[in-house]
Amino acid sequence: MARKVVITGLGATTPIGGDVPTMWNNALKGVSGAHTLTDEWVEKYDIPVHFAARVTTPASEVLSRVEAKRMDPSTQFAVVAAREAWKDSGLEDIDHDRLAVAFATGIGGVWTLLDAWDTLREKGPRRVLPMTVPMLMPNGPAAAVSLDLGARAGAHTPVSACASGTEAMHIALELIRSGKADVVVAGGAEAAIHPLPMAAFAAMQALSKRNDNPEGASRPYDISRDGFVMGEGAGALVLEAEEHALARGARIYGELAGTSVTADAYHITAPDPEGLGATRALKAALFDARALAEDVVHVNAHATSTPVGDRPEYTALRAALGDHLDKVCVSATKSQTGHLLGASGAVESVLTVLAVYHRLAPVTINLENQDPDIPLDVVTGTPRELPEGQIMALNNSFGFGGHNAVVAIRSTGPKVEMS
Amino acid sequence: MASNEEILAGLAEIVNEETGLAPEAVELDKSFTDDLDIDSISMMTIVVNAEEKFDVKIPDEEVKNLKTVGDAVSFIAAAQA
Repeated sequence: MARKVVITGLGATTPIGGDVPTMWNNALKGVSGAHTLTDEWVEKYDIPVHFAARVTTPASEVLSRVEAKRMDPSTQFAVVAAREAWKDSGLEDIDHDRLAVAFATGIGGVWTLLDAWDTLREKGPRRVLPMTVPMLMPNGPAAAVSLDLGARAGAHTPVSACASGTEAMHIALELIRSGKADVVVAGGAEAAIHPLPMAAFAAMQALSKRNDNPEGASRPYDISRDGFVMGEGAGALVLEAEEHALARGARIYGELAGTSVTADAYHITAPDPEGLGATRALKAALFDARALAEDVVHVNAHATSTPVGDRPEYTALRAALGDHLDKVCVSATKSQTGHLLGASGAVESVLTVLAVYHRLAPVTINLENQDPDIPLDVVTGTPRELPEGQIMALNNSFGFGGHNAVVAIRSTGPKVEMS
Repeated sequence: MASNEEILAGLAEIVNEETGLAPEAVELDKSFTDDLDIDSISMMTIVVNAEEKFDVKIPDEEVKNLKTVGDAVSFIAAAQA
């Protein structure tokens, strides 16, 4: 029997809240984190998209000035979220040789890299900061979290575009199941609201161009959806071997029952129109969790609000869950948070865990005319109560490159009321 | 041309910006590594910022000789002369 893995700590810094309680309350209310950008670079470079979803609490308000100076913004977000998750877990005196990190990013230190390039061109090589390399490296967030918490059982950095954060959960589960670690801080971080990624995602027609209505721009499943909204931030989860958590009397949010990662091998950016890779991922996650389709009550969908992306996910859910899908309520929380790229899977895993813990599915905003080709039971307006008894929820994430990752969260007790 | 006092004050500002150390802690007899706990990466950042602030060149091979704050002040004063 494989070791069971439970979730004992949650952390987040997002466009709808700088900590988990704020984010969760907003996710239930239904707010948009997207706003018009006031940065001078929008006009200077004539960026076609004028809005994005920034974190509500800048990392500079949480970290010291000296800490922040030595970290790329993506790493700053990672450390903020990981510290909250760690504190939330109540962990203190543990064997740090048995503590690992799996912290993902989609792009890495893009601000640092491009700032350094500007410095090189304007001022020459002497002015390029000595901290440039450790700040731009994609393992920067994982390394910083490892340093901060003293995690010595390895610090991993899954990089699979927008599936990265969910793949981190997969790695964490494997580390604990295989006995290589007892506790893993898993998560994802992204800070790419920078003119270059904005221009590049716009060039591939991936971003919504609804400049006159940023709050209404992220509209998964709506017939008029026209692209995703760039978000930023981080999510973090403390995952712990069940016996380790029980021995210290930890508060347990739920079980990380199963995970899966598959690849489409179909196209570098377009999802397989039949959703075959995603279907295999969904089935594999259920198998890994020793669960049946009928156990699933809720899905936090990938649902980025792109015209081509949302439909194949529905096809995959139908193929994996069959008729039971009609009894599953779906939340597309990117309607609120925007798309946090490599952090999205981590933030959405936090939301999925809370949905199971509090038996409440968060709302999807901006869904006015549901695409008739996507007949899902989408949670809109008010949060949906999830049933009593043992329940399971899934979180899907898919990334450019054909990456598919799914996590399955199982309840470990009755509904816990919000404090 | 800055006086030694002005150079010290300017260095203290740069060290504070990089490390968060109080400017008053940056005294002439203090060792960058042993007393101020400044690592090699921070030291290079301080050197580059000092070059810009005082309009001098501090060659890389010279940095290892700048053991104390006083060494750095003297070097910058001489380089400006």
